[in-house]
Amino acid sequence: MIVILLLIPLSIMIAAIFLLAFIWAVRSGQYEDTSTPSMRLLLEENNTKKDKKENE
Amino acid sequence: MTNTAEYTDPRLDAPLQGSEADRLDSGCFHCGTPLRGSVFIRRDKSFCCAGCLAVFELLTENGLGDFYRFGKAAGVRAKAAPKAEEFGYLDEPALRRQLVDYADARQTRATFRVPSVHCIACVWLLENLYRLNPGIGYCRVNFPRKEVLVTFENSKVKLSEVAALLAALGYEPQFDFADAAGRRRAPVSRRLWLQLGVAGFAFGNIMLFSISSYLGLDAFSGPALRKLFGWISLALALPALAYSGADYWRAAWLAVRKRVFTIDVPIAAGLAALAAWSAAEVLTGRGPGYFDSLAGLLFFLLCGRWFQQKTYDGLAFDRDYKSFFPLSVARRNGRQEERIALCQLQAGDRLVIRNGELVPADARLISGPAMIDYSFVTGESEPVEKIAGDHVYAGGRQMGGAIEVQTVKEVSQSYLTSLWNQDLKERESSLETLTNRYSRRFTKMVLAVAAGAALFWSLRDASRALGAFVSVLIVACPCALALAAPFTLGTAQRILARRKIFLKNSSVIEALARVDTVVFDKTGTLTACGAGSIAFRGRPLQEEEEGWVRSLAAHSTHPHAARIAKVIGGKHASQPVRSFFETPGCGIEGIVAGHEVWLGSAAWMESRDVAVPAPATTSGSVVHIAMDGAYRGCYTLAGALRAGAEETIRRLSADYELALLSGDNERERERFLELFGRSSPVHFNQSPLNKMDFIRRLQAPGRTVMMVGDGINDAGALKQSDVGVAVVESIGAFSPASDIIMSADMVPRLHEALRFARSSVRVVRLSLVISALYNVVGISIAARGLLTPVICAILMPLSSVTVVGVACGLTTRLGRRLGGEAMPKGEARP
Repeated sequence: MIVILLLIPLSIMIAAIFLLAFIWAVRSGQYEDTSTPSMRLLLEENNTKKDKKENE
Repeated sequence: MTNTAEYTDPRLDAPLQGSEADRLDSGCFHCGTPLRGSVFIRRDKSFCCAGCLAVFELLTENGLGDFYRFGKAAGVRAKAAPKAEEFGYLDEPALRRQLVDYADARQTRATFRVPSVHCIACVWLLENLYRLNPGIGYCRVNFPRKEVLVTFENSKVKLSEVAALLAALGYEPQFDFADAAGRRRAPVSRRLWLQLGVAGFAFGNIMLFSISSYLGLDAFSGPALRKLFGWISLALALPALAYSGADYWRAAWLAVRKRVFTIDVPIAAGLAALAAWSAAEVLTGRGPGYFDSLAGLLFFLLCGRWFQQKTYDGLAFDRDYKSFFPLSVARRNGRQEERIALCQLQAGDRLVIRNGELVPADARLISGPAMIDYSFVTGESEPVEKIAGDHVYAGGRQMGGAIEVQTVKEVSQSYLTSLWNQDLKERESSLETLTNRYSRRFTKMVLAVAAGAALFWSLRDASRALGAFVSVLIVACPCALALAAPFTLGTAQRILARRKIFLKNSSVIEALARVDTVVFDKTGTLTACGAGSIAFRGRPLQEEEEGWVRSLAAHSTHPHAARIAKVIGGKHASQPVRSFFETPGCGIEGIVAGHEVWLGSAAWMESRDVAVPAPATTSGSVVHIAMDGAYRGCYTLAGALRAGAEETIRRLSADYELALLSGDNERERERFLELFGRSSPVHFNQSPLNKMDFIRRLQAPGRTVMMVGDGINDAGALKQSDVGVAVVESIGAFSPASDIIMSADMVPRLHEALRFARSSVRVVRLSLVISALYNVVGISIAARGLLTPVICAILMPLSSVTVVGVACGLTTRLGRRLGGEAMPKGEARP
C-alpha cells in the first residue's frame, strides 16, 4: 500500500500540469474567440502558410 | 513580401463561358451586385463600379486572387477609394492615443471595428493585409465581434493609412465616439473560464480521493490513509473556495451590507457551512468531510453562470447618442477645410455638412438651402426645409447639397444630448428576480427546520444537535435553486437569438413575461420605411407617360421620388432626362422624350400656375404631376404597414394594453385608431420627451411597459420602459440603447415571442419546485442526523442534473412551438 504515497503526488502533479496548460490557454486569449479559429482552419493552405513563414 | 506570387485560378484567366447576357446576369465579379448601366470590364470580368474593380486589381496584383475562390461575389461593395486624408484626424495624438491598444516607438497595435465582415473570405483577406502594405505586420480577425487587430510599423504606415486601406477594400472601420472617450470592453469571460478551470480541477481530484471513502477504505488500510486523503482534499478545496468562489463571497457580503436578500446569501452561507464543518472534521480527524460536494457545488454553480453569460459581442445594447454621431467633422478654416475630431469641436466653429451627414451640434445655418431630415430625433418622416439664418438642431441629417453651418453650442450641450441626460428612472435592478424571491422564502424555511432539528436533538441527545443543525444547512444548499433560472433563461435566450431576437441578458426574459402594456412607435416599427403602397389619382397615366415620370423621379434622391421610381420602375426602361432641376423641398422638373415633366408639391405647382384640384381627404403624402404645364394627377404615398403587423396588433390586443406613439404628423390617425381600437391611446406629433413621459405615466400605477421602437427619437422611451425593444432592418445596424434588439421581420411574431417568454418563466417555476422536492428529501434525512458524505455526494449532483435537464429540455420543446424560421445553429450570431 506504500506505493500509494508515490502515486498520489504523481497523479496530482499530472493534473496540475493540465490545469496550468488550461490557465495558459485562457490567458493567451484562446477562449475569447471560439469561432474564428474554426474558420481559419479552412484557410491554412499552400501559399498562406508559406507567406507566414516568410513574414516571421 | 511576395508581390510576384504566381496566381493560377482558372476562373480569372479563362474567358467566361456563355453569352454577354449571362455575364451580366451573374452580377459584379467582386461583390455580386446586379449589373446595370455602366459596367467596368477587366480581364473578362464585369464589375459594378470603379471601387470593386480597384479592389480586384489590388488583390490580383498582390497575389491575393485566391480571395475569389471562396465563392462568387465574396467581396463587399467598395465605395470609391477614400483618401487617407479623410481619416487624417485619426493621427491626431490625443485621439490616436485613445484608439490604439498599444504603441511604442517602433510599432502600434490597434483594433478596428469592421461591421461589414461577413464571411470566411473576409477573414482571409483581412488576415492577409500584410501582403498589401509592407508596413503592416500581424493581423487577426475576431469574427463574432467583427473586429480586426492590426499591428503595424510606425515608420512605414500611419494609423490613418491603415484605416484608409480597410475602407478601400470595402471594410470601412467604424469608430465610436464612445471608444474615443476611453470606454473599452474588458474581457469578462476570461476570469470565469479560469474560475471554472480551478473549480473543475479541485472537483475532479477530490472526487478521486473521496470514492475510496464511500466504499469503506478503512477496512483495508486503517485510518491513517483516510486522514491523509482528508488533508489532501482540504488542500485542493482551498484554492477553489478562495478563487472560484470569490464572486459569491463578494456578492453575499455586498447584499448583507446593503441589507437586501439575494440568492448569493444562502449560497455563500451553504458554502461556508460546508467548508467549516468539513475542515473541522478533517482537522479533528473525525471524518473525511464533504469537500467533494463542496467542489462539485462550486463547479456546477459556475457552469450555470457560464451558461447564463451569453452575450452578443457583435451587438451593442448600450449605445448612446455619441455612437450615432460621426467621429470627425469637416471644419472650415478660412478657405481651407480640415477634418477634426468631434471632441475638438467648439461653439462657433464653421462646419461643412454634406449630403447624408449629421449636424453634430446645435447650429445656425449659414449657407443653404438645407433639407433637414429629423427622423432620428423626432420621428417625423418629412424633411424640413431651412434657409440661411435658421436654427438647426443636432441630430438632423442633411439631404441634398453641401451646406455650411456655424455651431452655437458644444456637442455635449445640444438639445439631443440633453435628452440623454434626463433623470431616468433607475432601472429595477436584477435583485427582484424570481430566484431571489423564491430563495428568500426557502432560506427562512431552511433556517426554521435547522433550528427545529437542533432543538429536537438538544432535548434528546445534545451531542448531535450541532451536527443536525449544520447537516440541514449543508444539504439545503440552494444549488439546484441557483441553476434553475440560468439554464432555463439561457436556453430561451439562445432560442430567441436563432430567430433574430437578441436579448441583452437572460434576465430580460423575466421582465418580458411580466409585461402587460405594449407601446409601439409608428415609423420604422409598424410601418416599413420605403416600401409603402402608392396610389395614383386622376386620369390614368399612359404606359409611356409613366415611363417619363419614372425616368425623372430616378434622378432625385428625395425619399418620395425614390419610392415612386422604385414602385413603378420595374416595367420601364430608363430614358435620358434633359434640363433636370431640383428645387429642394418643392419638386423636380426635366425634359423627357421632348415633354416637360414636373413632379412636386401642390404649393409648388400652384406657384407655376398649374391648377391643383382640392385634395380629397387623404392619408399619406401627395406628389403632384404636371406634363407640359398641364395637371395630370397625383401619387398618394401611404406608409405601408409591415406585412403581418395588423395581425400582430390584433392578437396582442387580446392580452395586452396597447398604445401608439408617433413623432409623425396626424395624417394617418384614423387608420391607426381603427387598428388599435378606439379605446387605446394613439398619439401623434410626439417629441422624444413626450414619449418618455407617456411611458412614465403608464408605469406610475404599476404597469410593466414594453416599448417597441427603432430610432434615436425613441431612445428615451426605450430606456424608461421596463423592456425596450429596438427594431432593426438588419442585425448589426445602428440601434439605440435597449434591452432587446430584434430583426424587423420578427415584428409579426412578437406575440409568440411574448408567449414564449411567459412559458419559459413557468419552466423556471417548475424547476424550482423540483429542486424544492429534492431539498425536502435531503433535509428530512439531515434533520434526523443521518447525513453522510455519500448521501450528500449523490443527492447534490442528482438534483442539479435533474433540474438542468428539465430546464433545458422543456424550454427547447417550447422553442420548437415558437414560430418563425430558425437560423441554423452556427449562424445564430449577429
